[in-house]
Amino acid sequence: MLQSLETRSAWTANDAPVSDVETIVLSHEAVNDEYRHLVLRAGRPATLAAPGQFFHLLCPASGQDKPYLRRPMSTYKADPEAGTLEFLYKIAGLGTRALTTLKPGDSFRVLGPLGVGFTLDDSWRSIVVLGRGVGLATLAPLAEAAARKGIGVTAILSARRPDLVMSAERFAAIGADVRPVLDSDGSSAPENVRAILGSLAREGRADAIFTCGSNRLFRLAKDFATEQGIAGQVALEQQMACGLGMCFCCVRKFEVDGELVDKRVCWDGPVFDLKEATSW
Amino acid sequence: MVTAASSSAAPVSLGVEVGGLRLQNPVMPASGTFAEGLARVMDLNRLGAFVTKTITREFRAGNPVPRVCETTEGLINSIGIPSKGLDYFRDNVVPFYRAYSPPLVVSISAPTVDGFASMARDLTIPGVAAIEANISCPNIEEDGRSFAMEPRLTEAVTAAMRRATALPLWVKLTPNTGDIVAVARAAEAGGADAVVVANTILAMRIDTETFRPKLGNVLGGLSGPAVKPIALRMVYQCADKLAIPVIGCGGIATAEDAVEFMLAGARAVQVGTTTFVRPMAMIEIIDGLAAFCARRGIADVNALVGAVVDGNAAPEEAEALL
Ligand SMILES: Cc1cc2nc3c(=O)[nH]c(=O)nc-3n(C[C@H](O)[C@H](O)[C@H](O)COP(=O)(O)OP(=O)(O)OC[C@H]3O[C@@H](n4cnc5c(N)ncnc54)[C@H](O)[C@@H]3O)c2cc1C
Ligand SMILES: Cc1cc2nc3c(=O)[nH]c(=O)nc-3n(C[C@H](O)[C@H](O)[C@H](O)COP(=O)(O)O)c2cc1C
Ligand code: FES
Repeated sequence: MLQSLETRSAWTANDAPVSDVETIVLSHEAVNDEYRHLVLRAGRPATLAAPGQFFHLLCPASGQDKPYLRRPMSTYKADPEAGTLEFLYKIAGLGTRALTTLKPGDSFRVLGPLGVGFTLDDSWRSIVVLGRGVGLATLAPLAEAAARKGIGVTAILSARRPDLVMSAERFAAIGADVRPVLDSDGSSAPENVRAILGSLAREGRADAIFTCGSNRLFRLAKDFATEQGIAGQVALEQQMACGLGMCFCCVRKFEVDGELVDKRVCWDGPVFDLKEATSW
Repeated sequence: MVTAASSSAAPVSLGVEVGGLRLQNPVMPASGTFAEGLARVMDLNRLGAFVTKTITREFRAGNPVPRVCETTEGLINSIGIPSKGLDYFRDNVVPFYRAYSPPLVVSISAPTVDGFASMARDLTIPGVAAIEANISCPNIEEDGRSFAMEPRLTEAVTAAMRRATALPLWVKLTPNTGDIVAVARAAEAGGADAVVVANTILAMRIDTETFRPKLGNVLGGLSGPAVKPIALRMVYQCADKLAIPVIGCGGIATAEDAVEFMLAGARAVQVGTTTFVRPMAMIEIIDGLAAFCARRGIADVNALVGAVVDGNAAPEEAEALL
């Protein structure tokens, strides 16, 4: 089985080694018309990636699509025993379109694990994860790590339609209380999500909140954490070039001691304290 | 005649002398594309030198995002030189590099001639091996025109730094000027120990869906393989006219690219954007240079410098290498 998070958390430090691994595609399947699930043979140390850490993918050129830069993707699953690394991605533009052409047996390079992942506090008994769309890919490994520590998880999974609710089975498999909320039936409306959060707080099931994938959910989570005085973390995205803290292209604004400061998503994050992160 | 593959495993000498510094090999990072983070990926002790991101004396925030956009075989950036200032750099960054053996070259920028000179003076400290002046920035005393666009401004700012420090002084030129050779000669006349040729080429892209520029700052600098032939041409033109060494920079991605720049006259090379795509590229280039020389029976990499067989080369010299 997976190593304990304690051992793995050593790898989230920004001085841990990073490798540019030549991976081999084991499987690459369409989850629906927008999302793809990519499973790679990567070996150690890439598969020691902690929840929230990411990799920088060297997408192959394909036809007209010749991505020059790498593309950042969160760890969807990392299994050091099996030596496999998984990504769940949405086809967005030329890089991800080119990525879809990879077939089992093909090889390509991924750089990582990169960045600072989520942290789990031993004193927490229940956490809430609140994500939307492909952001759920980032939260799934966190929920599993929490379960391994004996922390209860409520997963509020937001999506446009029922078929776009990602990874519900993975959250269910660890015994999480899974609450899909949808645009199609109106249940993803902020009032409803706020009501769910409120009832979880009253039941004492929200020691911390984690979010990824939507600005609207981020604001909800931040307000909720502030009101309840609980901890929270958000996994952020920003366009990247180097992924190693060198080029300063991936900055976002953070509120530190009442001042807005730039931090690098690839190096200081991608996971940040909800208190510091600002809306985008 | 093509020499057979390196049957004699004679070691190739990669050491070069560049503008007052002795480097173990001619490969170093380009400013702004390298930082402490690369230590997680490679053994930094293998590099010829370290070149830091340009720093300014005071804190600077940098430009609005998006700060980069990709283009065919290249990248356009408008990072805008965010800087934590000179004191932070001296107290936090210089000590980091003390743990490594390659010399530390510090890239500086300032809005005035005196600003450049005082930074050069204040960075003349243990741990700093050379100054690289990024004079492509606007000069606020001259209507915001870049120092490196004009020979007169280039000579003035170089001479002021020369008086302010005894450290080796490298001056980095911009390709965005009418006559780069004249600017390079002005840097030499001002007392530079080497010139770096060159910085990024002014460029832009527009999103055809939104009709908006792809960069927050509208204009940016093009780098990567797309610029290589232009940078190479500039190195060739400058090396021909200067007595001081030229450091080639622009689009270098492979050992063959490095060889090309050295043949054009570069004594050393800087690798920038390629590191974003292939973080181990500098190591591959160092190993590739050694392999290239071994394969061609070249014992000393310095033999490549300026060895292009063009109309000006003495035929015997050139043939000796072929
Ligand atoms: C830390 C991190 C983790 C991520 N994890 C995932 C994931 O698990 N699954 C997933 O589907 N997506 C994820 N993303 C977003 C993913 O990186 C982008 O969707 C992807 O880069 C788009 O590339 P493209 O060429 O297809 O799109 P284009 O729009 O053509 O890209 C143009 C440029 O913008 C950049 N870009 C565009 N959108 C984003 C974005 N949202 N974030 C960062 N850069 C962007 C691209 O990298 C490229 O440089 C993550 C982003 C970050 C920063
Ligand atoms: C993201 C980025 C940041 C850069 N920042 C600096 C800088 O701070 N100072 C500087 O002199 N050059 C800077 N450059 C220019 C590079 O040092 C180099 O001159 C240029 O990119 C051409 O080389 P390349 O094609 O190998 O990248 C920067 C380039 C890039 C791509
Ligand atoms: S991507 Fe280069 S600093 Fe973050």
